[in-house]
Amino acid sequence: MKKLINSPENVVLESISGLGAAFPDLIKVHFNPNYIVRVDAPVQGKVGIVSGGGSGHEPMHGGFVGKGMLDAACPGAVFTSPTPDQMHEATKAVNGGKGVLHIVKNYTGDVMNFEMAADLARGEGVDVEAVVIDDDVAVKDSLYTAGRRGVGTTVLAEKIVGAAAEQGCTLKEAAALCHKVNAHGRSMGMALTSCVVPHVGKPTFDLPEDEMEIGIGIHGEPGRQRLKLKSADEITEMLLNPILEDLPYQNGDNVLLFVNSMGGTPSIELFIVYRKAHEILTKKGIKVSRSFVGPEITSLEMAGASITLLKLDDQLTKLWDAPVHTPALRWGV
Amino acid sequence: MTTITADQIIAWIERYSIRIAEQKEFLTKLDSDIGDADHGANMNRGFQAVLAKKAELQGKDIGALLKIVAMTLISTVGGAAGALYGTFFLQASNVTAGKTELTPEEFVLVLEKGLAGIVLRGKAAIGDKTMVDALHPAVKACRRAIAANESLDQALAEAVAAAEAGLQSTIPLMARRGRASYLGERSVNHQDPGATSTFFLFECAAETLTGKQ
Repeated sequence: MKKLINSPENVVLESISGLGAAFPDLIKVHFNPNYIVRVDAPVQGKVGIVSGGGSGHEPMHGGFVGKGMLDAACPGAVFTSPTPDQMHEATKAVNGGKGVLHIVKNYTGDVMNFEMAADLARGEGVDVEAVVIDDDVAVKDSLYTAGRRGVGTTVLAEKIVGAAAEQGCTLKEAAALCHKVNAHGRSMGMALTSCVVPHVGKPTFDLPEDEMEIGIGIHGEPGRQRLKLKSADEITEMLLNPILEDLPYQNGDNVLLFVNSMGGTPSIELFIVYRKAHEILTKKGIKVSRSFVGPEITSLEMAGASITLLKLDDQLTKLWDAPVHTPALRWGV
Repeated sequence: MTTITADQIIAWIERYSIRIAEQKEFLTKLDSDIGDADHGANMNRGFQAVLAKKAELQGKDIGALLKIVAMTLISTVGGAAGALYGTFFLQASNVTAGKTELTPEEFVLVLEKGLAGIVLRGKAAIGDKTMVDALHPAVKACRRAIAANESLDQALAEAVAAAEAGLQSTIPLMARRGRASYLGERSVNHQDPGATSTFFLFECAAETLTGKQ
């Protein structure tokens, strides 16, 4: 293992300490239990938006705390759900009297721990709603599985619902909007390399030079299929086609096209993928009216990319464009 | 009549904490095959935190000490394992409040409440390739043996055997719950890490809870 760390045990703690030191005007970092809150929390009369999950996906979620996005984020150990005491304390810290929405990615541990936290907070009289994001088309949806994973759409939901909360929506409206974003978003990802979890010290899986994993999630877990490596254009088609068929996205739709790096893939390659995706969508008469390209929801140093499409209407477009001021996302301010 | 004392419960937890530390790499290896390579590290972090509270556990009644174990696991393990093992011990503490020793019948009730809590929280059934595949048959075996007036030694030996058979049964299964379910067919021919750590829990119970007349 070759990493820029001091010790595997302190990775999360030292990283969030650094985040707090870098952006004291935007966020505060609370330790034991660990959570990151916007500096002016709780904002009275505003619905609080809380998310969280395992660490290793930076900038998600801690980098998205601030005005117009999340009120708090709870970082777990690397690739491990945070614990209920973190979400419970974060929920109380951001409750401005209008209730708190939990945005939860659909992973067994995340869902269970957020449920326990919601039970604790409700027991103390805080109004809590939770919305589970499950947008990964690589996972066959079935009543008999854990269901689809929450991936790229999570970031879009945090931005859009965060904007609505800033504009004064109610808790019920925030939850309904989050469901709407989830219903209109679909994602799929692939890996060129594995990643190394610091406390494990070696790659989670072996991937030979000439092979790739299609349908990976964001935890270094292997995907549905291992295939011979193909060109960027072919890979883009393999990711985009299942997404297009799933909703389905149709001629005349407006979409936000989000091309995400899994951490190790540089911007120069992301835009090659973006170019092909844009071409495919344009040919199908689907208008790309908003774009988002970069490492936003990552899997440590894994090389690879994911594509997310979000079908837009006027409401979602306006909320996407609304001002946001967080460590990792900033516009309109 | 055989009873289980609070000190034996502490010995069980302590033995299990040591077993998890010893088997940390193995559990992580199983989890990296079909999950996200964190089961060993997470369980070890939680049970080391429990071990650090050993002095606090001593002298408490069984319900109180199990509650400390539960809350420590809930706040330190994370992931599904933290919620599930935490729920197991929390349910166990609810039915042992104020008790300084347990009859075999009461101990089976502890296991049954723990199982019910895990099923309610995790929504897994037998055959889903989860810890329930080891836990459910072990609890049933223990119940059957105690109902048939067999000794606690015998009941726990049968529970260990049932947990082991349940653990082995996870190997050919395709996962339907938890992170391994994302792999579909590729989860087949792997032993479930959660069922493995559950098997260790029964092994440690058999090693520590029997023998006091």
